[in-house]
Amino acid sequence: MNMNMDKILEIKNLVIEGQIGDRWKPIVKGVDLHLHKGEVLGLIGESGAGKSTIGLASMGYTRQGCRIASGSIVFEGQQLFGASEDFLRTVRGARIAYVAQSAAASFNPAHRLIKQYTEGPIQHGLMGPSEAEQKAVEIYEQLLLPDPENIGYRFPHQVSGGQLQRAMVAMAMSCQPDIIVFDEPTTALDVTTQIEVLAAIKDITRQFQTAALYISHDLAVVAQMADRIMVLRYGEMVEENETEKLLSNPQEKYTKELLSVRALKEDKDLSGTEKNVILEIENVSASYTGDVKVLKDIDLKIHRGRTVALVGESGSGKSTLARVITGLLPPMEGRIVFNSAELPPALKSRNRENLRQLQMIYQMPDTALNPKQKIKKILGRPLKFYFGMKKRERNARIKELLEQIELPQNFTNRYPTELSGGEKQRICIARALAAKPELVICDEVTSALDQLVAEGILELLQDLQNELHVSYLFITHDLATVKAIADEIVVMLNGQIVEQGVKKEVLEPPYHEYTEVLLSSVPEMDPEWLDQLLLTRQNMVQG
Amino acid sequence: MAFFKLLRSSPLSARVGLVMVLITIAAAILAPVISPYGETEIVGDVWLSASKDHYLGTDHLGRDLLTRLLYGARNTIAIAFVTTFLSFTVGTICGFFAATLGGWTDMSLSRGVDIIMAFPTLIFALMVLSVVGTSITALIVVIALLDSTRVYRLSRAVAMDIGVLEFVEVARLRGEGIWWLMRQEILPNAMPPLVAEFGLRFCFVFLFIAALSFLGLGLQPPTADWGGMVRENAGAITFGIFAPLWPAGAIAFLTVSVNLIVDWFLQIASGLKD
Repeated sequence: MNMNMDKILEIKNLVIEGQIGDRWKPIVKGVDLHLHKGEVLGLIGESGAGKSTIGLASMGYTRQGCRIASGSIVFEGQQLFGASEDFLRTVRGARIAYVAQSAAASFNPAHRLIKQYTEGPIQHGLMGPSEAEQKAVEIYEQLLLPDPENIGYRFPHQVSGGQLQRAMVAMAMSCQPDIIVFDEPTTALDVTTQIEVLAAIKDITRQFQTAALYISHDLAVVAQMADRIMVLRYGEMVEENETEKLLSNPQEKYTKELLSVRALKEDKDLSGTEKNVILEIENVSASYTGDVKVLKDIDLKIHRGRTVALVGESGSGKSTLARVITGLLPPMEGRIVFNSAELPPALKSRNRENLRQLQMIYQMPDTALNPKQKIKKILGRPLKFYFGMKKRERNARIKELLEQIELPQNFTNRYPTELSGGEKQRICIARALAAKPELVICDEVTSALDQLVAEGILELLQDLQNELHVSYLFITHDLATVKAIADEIVVMLNGQIVEQGVKKEVLEPPYHEYTEVLLSSVPEMDPEWLDQLLLTRQNMVQG
Repeated sequence: MAFFKLLRSSPLSARVGLVMVLITIAAAILAPVISPYGETEIVGDVWLSASKDHYLGTDHLGRDLLTRLLYGARNTIAIAFVTTFLSFTVGTICGFFAATLGGWTDMSLSRGVDIIMAFPTLIFALMVLSVVGTSITALIVVIALLDSTRVYRLSRAVAMDIGVLEFVEVARLRGEGIWWLMRQEILPNAMPPLVAEFGLRFCFVFLFIAALSFLGLGLQPPTADWGGMVRENAGAITFGIFAPLWPAGAIAFLTVSVNLIVDWFLQIASGLKD
């Protein structure tokens, strides 16, 4: 930690308002914050807490439809609130830089990386083009990007997500700013790539003594990066303390909730369901184009009443397997046996009973619910479609379903847009349950939700399984979720299953090589975790 | 109720447009009641200037211009409306079919539309109408067919976007048929752009009818329609007489008013401010 305690940024009583219709409503309600030279401050909270808004405000900027209503933002003795655009322009990019969540959406796809890198220094008159390009190569090298000499001459779509995010960090470093605002820079990445980016950020901010605001919803990630952590909720500060103190001794209830590690569910007695196989995938290979196989020789069994977690990084073929099972993508080879009868490969040739028994829940509840249909209709349709229920029966069953997912009865007349993310996901669960399925495929159902909301959903799914004995195929890249809910684990890599078995076997040594990489990449609450992990991996390479 | 709520939040321009359209529609419906003379009745001398007996004067045959204008509103609006409605029904259904079924259906429909679109619209209409004759039915069918190609393009594109959303996939996985997908899942979400396009197309259609009438292939005399009235009275302009300006003004009036409403719909559909 840096001992130079000059305050480089001081925000006092910041109030930011957002426009709703014709009225202004406060989003950030009087937050105080300061940042010392070379210090990393973590901002943590769920969506809507005002983290990003504060991050942007530290550059004197607000998103469209927002305004800074009052307060003061002092950067090196200069007031940024109400400062002229000309002055702000000299600060932004040069003195305070910003790294956005989605590098893919933030880079201009029409220009090469290095051209976008050099834009800042040239604009601010710090360097000439050739000098800036030289500098870029140096920083690319420091960020351990492969082939630093040439990678800058690629277009954004020609590098991987993790590399792009590092290129974005490089861009923020280009003017050697005093402060960098990192806005969820690793949220869109897999655990394994997240490590690379986190390590790169940590390394370079240390080296240049750059102060940083690190915004994230993941406390474990922030714990690796920040010297101090500030917990935010509903636009107000909940708690602030040095990282170690905050983790070891949280004061507020909300912080404690965030910290509570998801309780491991007790291992279920699986002996009773050993013979009862609901779904059997035999030797399945699939391809989108006809020549490149996305799935290779998949063999998988799902027992009745069990949860099978399918894990792997993006591109490993998890979702493709779900598409094959549902019939959206007929396999090239192999067969799928459901309830000891072979399922027709294509969706069209399956009958209504086949379809009913197999339901799906999606990652984004926003797009999984028709915004023009009321909840009544969304839940009522499968009841009418599969069971031919009349209106009275339907209403009674909808009532029952809403009870099961713990939502109030008056929701029936609402539209999905009037519900929160967690509530929408519950409706999706209810819609799947309405069909009385035997197997539910859950495709990353919690990854778009805030931590506490996600936990609620997982608990609900668990309770429903105990009550209804449905089986789940749980697709996820989040190993914490796997630990919380799975009975069995299937690990996929490059379209193949590399390991499968009951949870205990997979998650305990001896590990499969790739499983170990995955497991060790999940950030832990321990602030030393990242450094130690990098050290062990380095030693492994050298040893 | 929802409509009134929407109306209350509407901008001034949209309200003005709405009033203008309502005036035109009222005039069209009430034409037999409020017009002082019969549609084809010759009531005085040729091209009389405005007077107490003839508020807007008379036309090239000595018919009352105000009367002709009111009856013209009837024919013009009714035909334009039926035509637009027809073209939207055909275009949207085909577009949705192409988008949801894909494959061969999409291929054959899209290429067919390409072929029709390859002909300049006016030439195509002139060609067909001079072969089949200029009855009102023929007029409606030909214009609707030509217009439905544009509607097809739009609705196919919109349905393609909506069709990949997960709630449509959910319905597919449930085993829903094509009609449910189109009618319940896609159509309600495609309404905003389609409604906005409806307004625009409506304008184009009656401008097109006006153009055809002007060329002599539109509505046949003595039926009154605005485009035809401009043509019939065009000669008057050389004598400094206002006669052709009244129907031309009516066309402009309706076009502007419909577009004011369309702008509002577009604004709602895109979710943009201003």
